[in-house]
Amino acid sequence: MLAFIIRRLGQALLVLMAVGFVSFSMFKFMGDPLENMLGQEATVADRAELEERLGLNDPIIVQYFDFFERALRGDFGVSYRVGLPVGEVILDRLPATLELAFLSGVFAISLGFVLGVYTAIKRDGFLANFIMTTSLIGVSLPTFLIGVFLIWAFSVNLGWLPSFGRGETRSVFGVDLAIFTWDGLRSMILPAVTLGLYQMTLIMRLVRSEMLEVLRTDYIRFARARGLSQRTVNFGHAMKNTLVPVITVTGLQFGSIVAFAIITESVFQWPGVGLLFINAVSFVDIPVMSAYLLLVGVIFVTINLIVDLLYFTIDPRLSVSSN
Amino acid sequence: MSDTPILKVSDLIVEFPVREGTLRPVDRVGFEVRAGEILGLVGESGAGKSMCGSAIIGLIERPGRISGGEIRLHGERIDNLPEDDMRRIRGKRIAMVFQDPLTSLNPLMTVGKQLTETIRAHLAVSSSEARSRAVALLEEVGIPAAASRIDAYPHQFSGGMRQRVVIALALAAEPELIIADEPTTALDVSVQAQIMALLKKLCRERGTAVILITHDMGVIAETTDRVAVLYAGRIAEIGPTRAVLSTPSHPYTIGLMASTPSTTGNLQQLSQIPGSMPNLRAIPKGCAFNPRCTKTISPCFKDIPILETVDGSEVACWLYDPAYKADTKEETGASQ
Amino acid sequence: MSTETQKGAEARPEFKEVVTTSTWQRWMHSDIWHSYKRSPVIIVSSLTFLVLVLGAVLSPLISPYTPFDPASLNLMNGFTKPMSANEFTGDYFLLGTDDQGRDVLSTILFGLRISLFVGVVAVLFAMTLGVVLGLVSGYVGGWVDGMIMRIADIQMTFPSIMVAMLLYGIGKGLIPPDLRDEMAIWVLIISIGLSEWVQFARTVRGATMVERQKEYVQAGNLIGLSRWSIMLRHILPNVTGPILVIATISLALAIIAEATLSFLGVGAPKTEPSLGTLINVGRQYILSGEWWILLFPSLTLLALALSVNLFGDWLRDILNPKLR
Repeated sequence: MLAFIIRRLGQALLVLMAVGFVSFSMFKFMGDPLENMLGQEATVADRAELEERLGLNDPIIVQYFDFFERALRGDFGVSYRVGLPVGEVILDRLPATLELAFLSGVFAISLGFVLGVYTAIKRDGFLANFIMTTSLIGVSLPTFLIGVFLIWAFSVNLGWLPSFGRGETRSVFGVDLAIFTWDGLRSMILPAVTLGLYQMTLIMRLVRSEMLEVLRTDYIRFARARGLSQRTVNFGHAMKNTLVPVITVTGLQFGSIVAFAIITESVFQWPGVGLLFINAVSFVDIPVMSAYLLLVGVIFVTINLIVDLLYFTIDPRLSVSSN
Repeated sequence: MSDTPILKVSDLIVEFPVREGTLRPVDRVGFEVRAGEILGLVGESGAGKSMCGSAIIGLIERPGRISGGEIRLHGERIDNLPEDDMRRIRGKRIAMVFQDPLTSLNPLMTVGKQLTETIRAHLAVSSSEARSRAVALLEEVGIPAAASRIDAYPHQFSGGMRQRVVIALALAAEPELIIADEPTTALDVSVQAQIMALLKKLCRERGTAVILITHDMGVIAETTDRVAVLYAGRIAEIGPTRAVLSTPSHPYTIGLMASTPSTTGNLQQLSQIPGSMPNLRAIPKGCAFNPRCTKTISPCFKDIPILETVDGSEVACWLYDPAYKADTKEETGASQ
Repeated sequence: MSTETQKGAEARPEFKEVVTTSTWQRWMHSDIWHSYKRSPVIIVSSLTFLVLVLGAVLSPLISPYTPFDPASLNLMNGFTKPMSANEFTGDYFLLGTDDQGRDVLSTILFGLRISLFVGVVAVLFAMTLGVVLGLVSGYVGGWVDGMIMRIADIQMTFPSIMVAMLLYGIGKGLIPPDLRDEMAIWVLIISIGLSEWVQFARTVRGATMVERQKEYVQAGNLIGLSRWSIMLRHILPNVTGPILVIATISLALAIIAEATLSFLGVGAPKTEPSLGTLINVGRQYILSGEWWILLFPSLTLLALALSVNLFGDWLRDILNPKLR
């Protein structure tokens, strides 16, 4: 097991190095940091002096590790657009994105799992077929269209929920969160559903197909031949065996939620890192883009690692065979 | 042995609708099993043996269905029972043992849990009682240190041990009939005999009837009391094992015997039946065996033969039909 | 049992065997055609797609107005309701007009043209790139293969829409500011194309590795045929099915990606609006009641994405049931 973890850590590090390299290349080769820092009136001497001070004359590889070292300290330079240190800007925006991703993840996983199991068990039922057909539409729907539709239905027409912004926030351990206030939670519902809907349908379809697969296995046939009730077979046997493959994809989906937050945040003007990123793309704000890429890379790699480790707690075959 | 059979299957038909028409993997199969008796169902793969087993226990995969005939358990029809009633019969009165013990057991659940849930599904016992019964069962099927191994997962057992666990699961609620579908095929040759002996011993002790599904004539000879030879979904020959094996009448049974390494002790040349069993989509007209048969006569290509009593067993072959028997008597040497 | 009355058992049910002779008949009896006839959903979605494609291709001919010609615009026509004539000018608009007096139907037809153009060209680009990289990877092997596949792995960790956004940002950064609007469509195409190549490459690589081992490749080499031409001639037919499926699904993804980017303002420019841009414009009127400016482009996009997706799903089931 230890060897497995070390191998996975190694792979994770490799991915991070690669992502970091892209991030670094953007930083290094696109946009001119000197021009941005010195302005138009700088002299050649000024430039040379700054170049030396920033280490821009060092070999690329040295600069690359320099970049990592600074990244570890949260130093990503200054945003071209807002003129503030990128690290600070991102840190300021991150809680909003994470709480939104969390809520929509909970929504996607719980509803997706329940519906997936239901549609698998009632394979030919009317409601199950209806849910499956609807879900296909759900998968085809662009996220932003779902968001716009939800705003139209629940904010404009019914007036139940706010259509944009984060609402009231409360400081918890020095972090401003909306999830703990009534107003904030209300503001989160539409964005969270928008963000989670696509993942929910994916999880549902995956759970369904895995469950159908498991229901076809010999041990399920044997369980039925032993006279176990349909309930025991479905929930005691089939569902647990569905978990293993579902966890991988679900975990990876959580990473996608963070990425898709870009779209949702933009639709609902949710002040998270996604909105920051899309604004950065519009303004070609390279430091922010490069830092965002690295941030998402770290999040993805971390999630992948957690997913791998979760295997061990669910499948006894793995933990025993490697002991 | 009582006179009413435990299980009586008559004219059973199983059909699968497909795009081009309807497949019939089981076609008018009938047999009886009495208490304590071991009936063998033998045939090549695709002959409909396993489908008979699935039909009896009510587990035919959709869209397949029983479209004719009936299955009676102690005289009571069970082929048309509601799912919930059928569930109470499964495991409790009719149990099943599948081919591959590795895939038959839920890999994510301890052996003990699978045993106790089966026991408690059928008997009103407390969980501690169920557990002690489970240990007793494991001991009975010959698992060493059963009390400590009960909490192990299936993958921690060897293939033979796993099949013992499967047998314990089948016996958990003291069924009257066990359907064993190729119970030793997936096992090492060395443990096959042990498992067969165990199954035979336990069933004899308890008076449990067994339907043994296999393609192995050797196993049939050693284990069964009666045997039914299936070909392309129909019974070719059925009767007491000794009668069928010592004086096989159907050309297919004769061929099967000739292609099996000696079961009678005689060293004889092994031969094989030419060709292979027809696909369900392309069964020839008349007797399904006619393309491979060396003794065909004209009716073989027209009509499907039905069972006739010949030499103490029943045979579905035109050679033994009263109308044709006279002509073919000398050539085949068959007589009554 | 006795046979006194009846000769033999009742016969088995009839089983009709299909005898095919011509190619046309084979096609008519093939699973694909059979399944197509049987699924009304697929018939409807393929027809919908056909109508949309025709509308896009013929948009300059069939559009009632030329929405992006400033000379023909009349601000008086602004905010005309659908299926009605404007109260000042008397001009009739089937789907209404926007704030500038542009005919919504015409903007949709032109927007559809841009959306489909970007989608199709991006997928063709992704396909070409993927097939070439897949062939090279599978054929050359070694470190080249290792590197291409590692890049693919890393790219696959990120959702393609995010990759496309990032690439768009980079692309935009590389282009001089005064050319940005002009080049926007091409940057968009390349970004989306680059974000979709991996599936193609993986499929082709797999097939290539299998094929490379076979004797005719080795033999062809002996008689002096170029290996590459052998490979192309033999491998490509083998992967046509899977590639077709991937291309269809990628097309749906590309259309959605394009719409999303344009909606977010990082795609097609305002001067050449795609469906996504139109929806973004329409969103501004969601509160003021001019619903048609938002609704009709949204429905068009939905019909487009859904019909391609359904078709791709069906194609995948037919051509490769294992993929599910």
